[in-house]
Amino acid sequence: MNNISRIVVCDGNEAAAWGVKLSRPDVVAVYPITPQSSLVEYLSKFIADGELDAELMNVEGEHSVLSALQGACLAGARTYTATSGPGLAFMFEPYVRTPGLRLPMVASLVNRDMLSPQCVWGGQQDVMTVRDAGWIHMFCESAQEVLDTVIMAYRIAEHPEVMLPVNVNHDGNYLSYGVSRVEIPSQPVVDAFLGDKNVNWHAALDPDRPMAVDPLTGGADAEGAARFVAYRQSLCRGMQNALEVITDVHAAWRCASGRAFAPLVEEYRLEDAEIALVTIGSMSGAAKDAVDAARAAGIAAGVIRIKTFRPFPVEAVARAAGKVRALGVVDRAVSYGWNCGPVCQEVQGALYRTGRAIPVLSFIGGLAGADLTGAHFTRAIEATRQALATPPEALAPAPVWLNARDEGVLR
Amino acid sequence: MYEIRIHGRGGQGAVLASAILAQAFVDEGKFAVAIPSFGFERRGAPVSACLRMDAREIRALTNIYCPDCVICVDPTLPRMVDIFAGIKPGGALIQASGKRAAAIDHPAELATLGLCDAMGIALAIFGRPITNSIMLGAFARTTGLVSLAALIGALEAAEFRDAGLEQNRRALERGYAETEVLALVPGFVSREFVS
Repeated sequence: MNNISRIVVCDGNEAAAWGVKLSRPDVVAVYPITPQSSLVEYLSKFIADGELDAELMNVEGEHSVLSALQGACLAGARTYTATSGPGLAFMFEPYVRTPGLRLPMVASLVNRDMLSPQCVWGGQQDVMTVRDAGWIHMFCESAQEVLDTVIMAYRIAEHPEVMLPVNVNHDGNYLSYGVSRVEIPSQPVVDAFLGDKNVNWHAALDPDRPMAVDPLTGGADAEGAARFVAYRQSLCRGMQNALEVITDVHAAWRCASGRAFAPLVEEYRLEDAEIALVTIGSMSGAAKDAVDAARAAGIAAGVIRIKTFRPFPVEAVARAAGKVRALGVVDRAVSYGWNCGPVCQEVQGALYRTGRAIPVLSFIGGLAGADLTGAHFTRAIEATRQALATPPEALAPAPVWLNARDEGVLR
Repeated sequence: MYEIRIHGRGGQGAVLASAILAQAFVDEGKFAVAIPSFGFERRGAPVSACLRMDAREIRALTNIYCPDCVICVDPTLPRMVDIFAGIKPGGALIQASGKRAAAIDHPAELATLGLCDAMGIALAIFGRPITNSIMLGAFARTTGLVSLAALIGALEAAEFRDAGLEQNRRALERGYAETEVLALVPGFVSREFVS
C-alpha cells in the first residue's frame, strides 16, 4: 500500500486542515480568528467541495463552538475545532468542562500571544494560560508534524485508557503561514490507523436510554466529596495513561506512515553534550541549526525539544536533562508568577527528580510575533555554557529577554 | 542553502509569489520554506516574504536577514525601503523597473542585476499593477535556479483558474522573455547554488 497520496507545498494551517480531513470528523464547529482563520477556510472548502463529509457549524462565538461540540461529542460524533489567543479566552468555560466530561475532542491551538497590549501575532501565552485545564497538549515543529499529529491526536484522545481532549499546538505566523513540503498520507492508511470510530462509548446520548450528564457533585458530606475526588483521580489517571498511549501511537504512526516523531521529548545531539537548550514548537529548527554551528566550533551543545507538554513527561525530561551539566530553556511565553518562562518552571520541577541542582537559565523570546533567530540561540548557548562555571547562587534570578530593547540589534 | 527575500506592496502578490516559487522548487526535487513577513497589512504598504531553498530539508522557520537574492516587484519601493539590507556579497537583485540599468542604485557587492519592466507588462496583461508572476519569470531568467516549466506547473497548482491562469502564464513567460540580465562583476552571472 502506498502510504503517501501526494506531496503538496502548504502552510501549517492547511496542513492541519489536511490532517482533519483525513481523520473524517463528523462535526466541525468554528469561529474565525487570526492567525487561525485560514485553517477553517481550508476546512470549509473541503466540506463545500464534498471532500469531507462533516457537519460544519458556523456559530456566533467560541463559547458556542465548544458548547455545540460537547453536544455532538456526547452523541458519539468525532469533532474538531481550532482557535487562537482571545478566542481561547472566550471559550474558557466550556473549555474547562471538556476534560471533566471526558470528551475526546481534538482542537488545534494556533498559538497567539495574549492581550494586553493589543497584539494579533504568534506567541504561546494563550496555551500556557490553560496548561492545567485538563487537556492534553502537544507542540509541533513543522507543518508535516502538524498534519501527522492531528491524525495521531484522535487515536490518543479516543483511547479507552485516556478519553481526554487533545490540543495540537502550532505557532501562529512562522508555522501557521510558513509554507513547506508536506507529504499527504493516503486515506486508507489513515482509516486503518484510526480504526472503527468509537468516540463516546461511556456516555453516548441516546433517546432510548435517557441519562443525566454532569450532575451536581461534591459538597461537604463524605459521599459527595469522595465522588468528586474519584472524578479528579480518574482524570489524573487518564493523563498519566496518556504518556504511554502517546508513545505507542507515535510508534504505530511510524509504521503506518514511515515518518517518525519523538512522542514526548526529542533529544538532539545530546549523547556527549555538556549543555542543552530546551525548546518547544517551531523555534526548535533554528535551535538545532545553532547547535550544529556550535558543535562545529567545538562546543558540546544539544537540544531537548518538548513535544508533549501535558501530561508533562517528567521522567523523559529528567532523563534527558541528566545527560548535561547546564540547561538554557527558551520560552515563547511568560510565567508572571515565577519571573521566568513557563517551560523553564516546569523543567526545574522535573530536575528535582534527578537530584542534581544544575544551572538553569530562562530565556524568553518570540513574543507577539518576534523572530527567534539562529543568533538568539547562539547567544543562549554561550550564556548557558558560561553558567557552567558560575556557582548556582551567583546566577541572575531574572530571565534573559531575547528581544528586549537593551539587547541592541542582535537578531 | 539559497536565501531569497521578496519585497513588494500589499496587493501585488509578493507573498503568493513566494509560495508559488517554493512549489516550483519542490516540484524540481528541492526543499523550500517560504515565510511571509507580517505587520499591519494593508493595500499599498510595504510587505516582504522570505524563501529558503536547499537540496536537503530546511529546519529554521525564521526570517531572512542576509539574502543571496532580492526580488523587488515594485519600481518605487527602493525609495522607501532598504531592500538591500544584509545582502550577501555576490548577491543578485531582480528589480521591476522601466529604467535603464545605469539608473538603478545598488550596493557595490551586488554581482547580478535582472531588470524587467514588470509594471508595463502587468498593465498590458491585467490592466492592474500586479507584478508577482512577471517577476518570478524574471527571477528564473536571471538566476537559472528554477525552470519556466516548473513555475507554470506551480501556477496551475495554485488557485488560478481559466482566464486568470492564462493571464498569469503569459505574465510569467513575458517576464522570462523580457528580462535584461547584467553581470555587474565580470564572469559572475549568478551566485551558484551550493547545497
